[in-house]
Amino acid sequence: MITRTITKRISRRRLAAGVCGLLAAMAVTLSPTPAAAGEPTPGTAPGAAPKVELTLDVSGSMRARDIDGQSRMAAAKQAFNEVLDAVPKDVQLGIRTLGATYPGNDRQVGCTDTKLLYPVGPLDRNEAKTAVATLVPTGWTPIGPALQAAAKDLKGGDGQRRIVLITDGEDTCQPLDPCQVARDIAAQGIHLTVDTLGLLPDAKTRSQLSCIAEATGGTYTSIQHTDQLRDRVHQLVDRTARRVTTPVATQGAAQCATAPELKPGLYSDREKFAEHRWYRVDVKPGQELRASVSIGADRAVNDDYGVLLRASTVHGREIVRGAEAGDGRTDVISTGLRYAKSEVDASDDATKDAAETVCLQVSNSFSAGPSVKTEPGLPVELAVDLVDGPHDASDVASFGLGRGWWLLGALLLAGFVGGVVWGWISRWRITVWRTN
Amino acid sequence: MRSVRNVTGRAVRTAGLLASAAALAFAGGVAGAGAAVADSPSPSASPSDGGDAAKGPTEAGTSFRTATPFALDQRATASASTGDYLYWVLPVDAGQQVTVKAKVTLPESARHGAATWQLDVYDGLRRRQACRYGVQTRAAAQDAATVELSCALRTVRGWAEQWSNDPLPGDYYVRLTAVGVPAEDLGQPVQAEVQASANDAGGAQAVDGKLSAPLVPGAGSPTPEPQPSASAEQQAADGAPDGGWSAGWWSDRWVWTAVGGVLAALAGIGGYRLTRGSGRPAHLPPGV
Repeated sequence: MITRTITKRISRRRLAAGVCGLLAAMAVTLSPTPAAAGEPTPGTAPGAAPKVELTLDVSGSMRARDIDGQSRMAAAKQAFNEVLDAVPKDVQLGIRTLGATYPGNDRQVGCTDTKLLYPVGPLDRNEAKTAVATLVPTGWTPIGPALQAAAKDLKGGDGQRRIVLITDGEDTCQPLDPCQVARDIAAQGIHLTVDTLGLLPDAKTRSQLSCIAEATGGTYTSIQHTDQLRDRVHQLVDRTARRVTTPVATQGAAQCATAPELKPGLYSDREKFAEHRWYRVDVKPGQELRASVSIGADRAVNDDYGVLLRASTVHGREIVRGAEAGDGRTDVISTGLRYAKSEVDASDDATKDAAETVCLQVSNSFSAGPSVKTEPGLPVELAVDLVDGPHDASDVASFGLGRGWWLLGALLLAGFVGGVVWGWISRWRITVWRTN
Repeated sequence: MRSVRNVTGRAVRTAGLLASAAALAFAGGVAGAGAAVADSPSPSASPSDGGDAAKGPTEAGTSFRTATPFALDQRATASASTGDYLYWVLPVDAGQQVTVKAKVTLPESARHGAATWQLDVYDGLRRRQACRYGVQTRAAAQDAATVELSCALRTVRGWAEQWSNDPLPGDYYVRLTAVGVPAEDLGQPVQAEVQASANDAGGAQAVDGKLSAPLVPGAGSPTPEPQPSASAEQQAADGAPDGGWSAGWWSDRWVWTAVGGVLAALAGIGGYRLTRGSGRPAHLPPGV
């Protein structure tokens, strides 16, 4: 019996593999090779092409010859060349430099020295490589202005956006804090992350770069070798190419009455420390509301924090809540809830199908020291989903089936007793028949 | 699949212990049929039998939205920087007891102190899941080469009340990160790998009732058309477990109940024969 099952399974698996192979082959032949012009692949909105801008520090310090025996600049150039060769076809890539042109000592001029070396768009590898080859380490390190300019370069469309910032030193253009700049950019709701790479970073550079990364949900890497730089930049560019759902910006209200009405989807918002915001969702009878929320810790927050998501009626009665608390280093804290609205027994259709307005309250208990800015608020990601309601349990067991030795014993006994009685009855009937 | 076979095997052995050969054969037939039909809704991913875990994705996501999908019994790897938040996501079906294991290979260069790593599991609603046992957080000494973490989740139920926090079928997010590292060690390269395995909890954990859709983000929205450019790995992203989400009807209670029915029938025949006797009284001449 078991052997037969296994054989069956194997043949089925083989069949499945065959079908998969066939499908893959069809996909390969059918999918039109994206033209060199970098047209967005079919099936995606034209504006959804992922964009990435490599932002390279070309300040004087990049001359230092301490990465694998060559200068930092040479290492960066080598890594860029290899990365440019392997950029996925549908990624639009741009290159921006900072400190590439002004060698002088005037701070005012030096701190505006950021140039778009290669505009964000379909990539012409040779052109981009030639542009990179011309770079000579020169001036200042205006990280803040460069980030602002890079965010502008990436405007338009609604795909993923990423800035890859490669630098070997901290920002030299205070008081504009690049970390605050990064947070402001992220708060514009344009799905932009900044990943930072520090070439042999010192303590100050490290803390500044990890602050920038944290502020935008990006990553920070410290680079010691050329191949490490190449692999990481390549990995980040590849990541941009992966399709993800981008949230829609919304703004929750202070009361449920004035709250925005949400349809199923993914939303982003900002919420200040110890603030709560309301949203509304219409749930029809027989539907289940699923909501989850994540609040990001994009700045230095105190060690203990929490999030609360409550669903309540318009009259303020709480239906169900999700809560989570935590401590220590984290990117987000999240929770979720389900609310299944039961079917209504009513004679007229209007009452039967009337949707209930559910108020969703998102609150956080993050806090921070006095030096931490509260504006803009912490990033909130809210996912709302409506599905059909669950089939409730009618019995603990599946379909009322039984299980265990007591069940067997009971059935055995019942069967035996039944047989004995039936036997007696037959005997009695034979006797009756014979006497007649 | 292996899990269902185990259950079946156990049930067959159970039947063999207590019932006659006829009952065994019948139960075997029932159980075999059950296994064959249960083949399609079986939730567990096909493991490469007897070998090491199958190769999974070589990348990790950095948030819930970008989490990289992998399947049970696959080994997902990623190269990352210390301090990154690494996210993977795997589909888990009702009746499974999942254990997630993670291993981080720490940078070889001199480090500045001990590092604490943590493995968290969240369900499809991003609710943090408790671990029954396993080392979820572990501090790696300054000179340690690797750190290993694990988390054994509770049994995933087919249905639960909306106020409860019970694990339900759907996506499970795995987050791996360093929760405590000296600032000097941030950004150093590490290698991470995660792996998840499941065993079947059996019918003892079965519940009636069922979600209309697994806890998967966007389950209510119409499924987007698969993009021709998407790689196989990305298509697994929209991923149900191997063979699809379980229809939720299989339970070893079928075997128990069927064996009980057979036993009752046999006992009934036995009892009948016992009382009714052999039919005709012996002293009667034939033909009367």
